[in-house]
Amino acid sequence: MSNITEIQQEIVSEFEMFDDWMQRYEYMIDLGKDLPIINDTYKTDKNIIKGCQSKVWVHAELKEDKLEFTADSDAIITKGIIAILIRVFSGQHPKDILDADTSFIDEIGLKEHLSPTRANGLVSMIKQLKMYAVAYQTQLD
Amino acid sequence: MGLDIDKIRADFPILKREVNGKPLVYFDNAATSQKPQVVIDAIVDYYSNYNANIHRGVHTLSQEGTDAYEQARKKIQAHFGAEKAHEIILTAGTTHSINIVATGFTDLLEKGDEIIVSALEHHSNIVPWQMLCERTGAILKVIPMNEEGSLVMDVYEELLSPKTKLVFVNHVSNALGTVNPIEFIIEKAHKVGAAVLIDGAQATPHIKPDVQKLGVDFYVASAHKLCGPTGVGVLYGKEEWLGKLPPYQGGGDMIDQVTFEKTTYAGLPHKFEAGTPNICGGIAFGVALDYMNNVGFDAIAAYEEELLQYATAELKQIKGLRIYGEAKEKTAVISFNVGTIHPYDIGTIVDKLGIAVRTGHHCAQPIMTFYNIPGTVRASFAFYNTKEEIDAMVAAVKKAVMMLS
Repeated sequence: MSNITEIQQEIVSEFEMFDDWMQRYEYMIDLGKDLPIINDTYKTDKNIIKGCQSKVWVHAELKEDKLEFTADSDAIITKGIIAILIRVFSGQHPKDILDADTSFIDEIGLKEHLSPTRANGLVSMIKQLKMYAVAYQTQLD
Repeated sequence: MGLDIDKIRADFPILKREVNGKPLVYFDNAATSQKPQVVIDAIVDYYSNYNANIHRGVHTLSQEGTDAYEQARKKIQAHFGAEKAHEIILTAGTTHSINIVATGFTDLLEKGDEIIVSALEHHSNIVPWQMLCERTGAILKVIPMNEEGSLVMDVYEELLSPKTKLVFVNHVSNALGTVNPIEFIIEKAHKVGAAVLIDGAQATPHIKPDVQKLGVDFYVASAHKLCGPTGVGVLYGKEEWLGKLPPYQGGGDMIDQVTFEKTTYAGLPHKFEAGTPNICGGIAFGVALDYMNNVGFDAIAAYEEELLQYATAELKQIKGLRIYGEAKEKTAVISFNVGTIHPYDIGTIVDKLGIAVRTGHHCAQPIMTFYNIPGTVRASFAFYNTKEEIDAMVAAVKKAVMMLS
C-alpha cells in the first residue's frame, strides 16, 4: 500500500491530465460514482458530517492498526470529494492520517472548495476523518 | 411604459463583473439585491462629507446628519403609506424587527393564548415566535400549505378563535415566491381581535405595500433586498401597538429621564432605537427607495412577470425538471430540482459558468420537509435581469444536468 503522500501525488498527476475545470469536475463525479457503497446501517445521523449543504456519512473501522473508511453523500460532487479523501486516507495508520498535509486539494484545482465557509464542507470532512484518527490512535496507544 | 433595461443595468456597477471568466448572471436577488451607483454614492457622501452622531449634537455636522436621517424616515413613511413618521422604526433588518415585536409581546400573552404562523415562513418568522411561546406558554398554530405552494385559507379560518392573539405571515414566500392573500388574512384576524404582523422582506422588492390600506398592525422589511445597504430595516407599527410594547433594548437615545431610581423612556420612534443607529444605512435606504420609485413599482412588476413567465417556460423544457411553488400569484422566483440530482450539485456547476443561484433549504426547512426534498435550486429575478441571462442560466442548467446524470 502506498503512503499518503504517494497517493496524493498520484491523484495530482491524474488531475493534471485535464485542461479545464469541466473535465476535472467530470472526473471527480466519476470518482464519486465509483465510491464503494457504504453499508446502510452506517448511514445514521450520528455519522453525518455537519457543515455540509448535502448529507455526508462517514464510517470508520480499525482493521489491525489501519483505519478503513467508507462514506456516501446524497450530492454527487460532494461524493467525489469524499471519494478522493477516502482514497488518500483509507488503509492508513491513524498517526499518519493525523500528520497528513492536505494541500494537494489546492493542486488538483479544487482550491475554492478549501474555504472553510464553503457550503460543501470539505474542511469539515477532513476534520472529521482526522477526528476518527485521533479516536482510534488513542485506542492503539 | 416599459423599462429601459440597458440604462438600468448601467446604474449597477457590479453587473459589469465576471465570475469564473464568464459574465456574472446574478439570480440570487431574493437573498440580496445589487446596489445602484446612487446608493453607493450616498454612502460615500455621508462618510466623506457629514459623518457625525445624530439627535444630540448642536454642531452643524450633527444637524445635517440628523436632518438626512429623519428625512429618510419620512421617505420610508411615504413609501409604506404609514400615517405618521414615528410609526416607522429603523432597525437592523427584518429579523431584528420581528424580534422587537416577538419580545415585546412577552408581557401581553398568557398561558393558553394562541398565535398563528404559516407553513411558508422563513426561519426568522418562526423561531422568535417559538421562543415567545416558550416564555409565555402560548400555543403556536400553523396554517398549512398545499402542493402548489399556497396557504390553505379554509384551515386558517378554522384556526382563528377568540384565543388567537397574533398572526404572523410573510407577504411573499422566500422559498417559493407565493404571494399570500394578506388582505384576507388581516381581515379575518382582526375579526377575532388578533394583531397581525406581515413579513415583507420578500415582497417589498416587487410590491409597494400600503400599510394603512392593508390595516396591518406591523409590517417589517429589509433595505438590502430593495437596492439598499445591509444592516438596515424597518418596523412599521400602528402607534397604539408600538405604544403598548415595551422597549427592546436599553441605552442612549431611547430615554427621557435617567436617574438611578427610575428611567422614563423616550417617545416613538426613539423608544425602540437605543444606541447610535446605522445612520449612513438609513440615509442610503431612503436613496434606494427613491431610486426604485423612480424606476416605478408597476413597471418593475410587469417586467419581472415577463421574466418569470419566460424563465418558467424555458426551464420546463428541461426533461425531469420540476418547479416547486406554482401558485397563481407569485413573484419572480423559481425553485426547482431536476430528477434526483442534488440542488447543491447543480448550483456548483452553474456557478462555474458564472450563474449565481441559491441552493439549499432557503431557511425554510418546513417547506422542504413538506415536499420531502433536501432543498431546491432557486433562481430569483430582479428588474435589472434580462431574458439573455435566463438563456445563459437554462444552458448552464442543461450542461450541469448532462454532467451529473
